[in-house]
This record gives sequence, C-alpha cells and structure tokens, in this order.
Amino acid sequence: MAILDILKLPDPRLKQVSEPVESFDQALRDFIADLEETRLAGPGAVGIAAPQVGHFQRVVILDLSGRPKTPNHGRLVLINPEITHWEGFAMGREGCLSVPDYTGNVIRATQIRLKAQDADGVEHQYEMEGFEARAVQHELDHLDGLLFVDRVVSRRTDLYRRKVYK
Amino acid sequence: MTVTDTLSDWNLLTLVGADRPGIVSRVTRALYECGCNLGEASMIRLGGNFTIMLMVSSTRPDAEILDALAPVARELDLRLHLDPLSGGLHQHLMPNVQVRVTGADRAGIVADVTEILAEQGFNILELDSDVAGERERPVYIMNIQGYSDRTIEALADALVPMAARGVSVDVSPVDLLIG
Repeated sequence: MAILDILKLPDPRLKQVSEPVESFDQALRDFIADLEETRLAGPGAVGIAAPQVGHFQRVVILDLSGRPKTPNHGRLVLINPEITHWEGFAMGREGCLSVPDYTGNVIRATQIRLKAQDADGVEHQYEMEGFEARAVQHELDHLDGLLFVDRVVSRRTDLYRRKVYK
Repeated sequence: MTVTDTLSDWNLLTLVGADRPGIVSRVTRALYECGCNLGEASMIRLGGNFTIMLMVSSTRPDAEILDALAPVARELDLRLHLDPLSGGLHQHLMPNVQVRVTGADRAGIVADVTEILAEQGFNILELDSDVAGERERPVYIMNIQGYSDRTIEALADALVPMAARGVSVDVSPVDLLIG
C-alpha cells in the first residue's frame, strides 16, 4: 500500500480521458487499495478518481458511510461507471483534492441511475440522489478529463433566477 | 498570479465607475505594466455602475500604482481608492450555512435579518442582494452564505419573527463536497 501523489491544477494530465478497465486482476485490487489510502490521507474527500493520481483507468472510490443522515450506499468501488439516467438539478458547493484551497458552485442532477462494475467485474445498478448523486457526477467527470472548475457557475445569476421564476 | 510574499505587500483597490466595456482590461493592464500581482477579486455591476474590489500586491510604492492608474481612471471616469490590507491569500473560510431571504421591498430587511444572525454569532462571508419584481411591486432578494456553529434549526427558529414582518427566510446547510 502506498499514498500516491495527487495531480493538481494546472497539471494537463487532469484533462486526459481515462480508459475502461478490462482486467479485474490483482494489479487492479492493489491499485484500488492505494487509491483508497490516498483518499483517506487527504482532507475529508468523499470520493477519489484514478486519474487524480495519474492512473488513467475508469476507477472511482466513493464513500459516504461517514454521513449517516445523507441517503447513500456506503463505500463503493465503481469500475467503468456510467450514468444511465439524470433528473432534476440543484446547485451545490464543491471542492477537489486536485484543486486545493478553492470551492465553487456547480449545478448537478439531483437523481441519477448508475451502472458500474465492482472490483471483481460484477455489474451493479444504483439509484442515487442528492449529495451522493453529486459526488458520483463529480468523480465521473474526472474520468472524462473534467474538473468542477470547468462547471462553476455564478450563484448570483443562477439562484436568483430560480428563486424568482420558481 | 504568484503567491509572493509577506502580508504587507497587499493593498485593496476599490474602483467604481459608470459601466462600459473595457474597464477590467484597462485597469488590469495598467496594474500589470506597473509590476502588480492580483489576488482575490469581486467585480460586479451594481445599478449601472461597475464595481471592483481587488487585492493588489506590489513592492512599488502606492503612489506609483496610483500614478499608473490615473490615466485610465481619468479616461473612463473611475473613482478609486488604494488601501493597505492586512492579510493575504489562502485565508478562506468555508461557509456552512446559506440564508435566502425574499420579501416585498421595504427599508430595514437587511438590518433586521443580519441583526438576528449577528446575535447568533453568525459570520457573514458573502452577501448578494437584488431588487427584482415589477417596478410598482419590487421584491427584495438576498442570499447570504456564512459560517455558524449553531444548528440550522436554531438559526431558523431565531429568524421566525421575520415571517411576521412579511419576509420569507430559508436557512439551509451548505454541503461542501470534496472529491
């Protein structure tokens, strides 16, 4: 096990699109263990994506088990994850291990359906909402070379508009 | 923009003028050409004016910065101040509470709401407000983000009297996601 170096903005590798995982082998399990150790070493991240440590495979770890009041599926290892359905939208504040000392407002779908394999290659389906859905969308963006700073919106223009026309 | 620095290098540039295209580019070009670095900024149009609050760092004397800005200020009719700033970059506090306020526009809404929040030890980190609605029936809309160690319920309870004054207040957590 090892704590891996986290790529930080403006490292151009964060824009790289990651490749699907094809072999569910020991090397994958070892990498997942390192990725988890890296997540836990950082400042309270509920998720981490493989490209954040310069490993360009479609692997994400998500763990909301520390938030009992938030609907969630606990700790998940998501391999080759794919969102198959989006619904609703809400603004929320996000930060990122790859963007230290900055947070911004991002609009995300509030309900999603997710298809992903686990570390053994078994496919699962999840229905997710709220904070967990937001976390998944944030992490999946990393797999496609996107950071939340690419999606930041002005609170002024968005919230007010919704408040008025709701 | 580099992280230089001793704290004393920073100044706060405050700048206001009738809004028109080009203010930001002209001002920041002048600052760059006189060797300034820029830090955090808030720039927004308010009532037809463009307003800038901008952290400016430089090893040059203030007079040189003001001299560099003078031609731009004259040409674009901008009023400005340059004041020393204690503190520097990387001093963010993260908001954990959001307070949204709407009501028929009348004097005193901001004072009433923020007084209650202050009594609760609420630290306002950002406040935006606007007057919307129709001209004859203006609506005041305010969004506050800040830090409080009280519960959402305690803050909402404290703000209950605002409803009797015709002001709707919503208190919700700012759920920061780190991923």
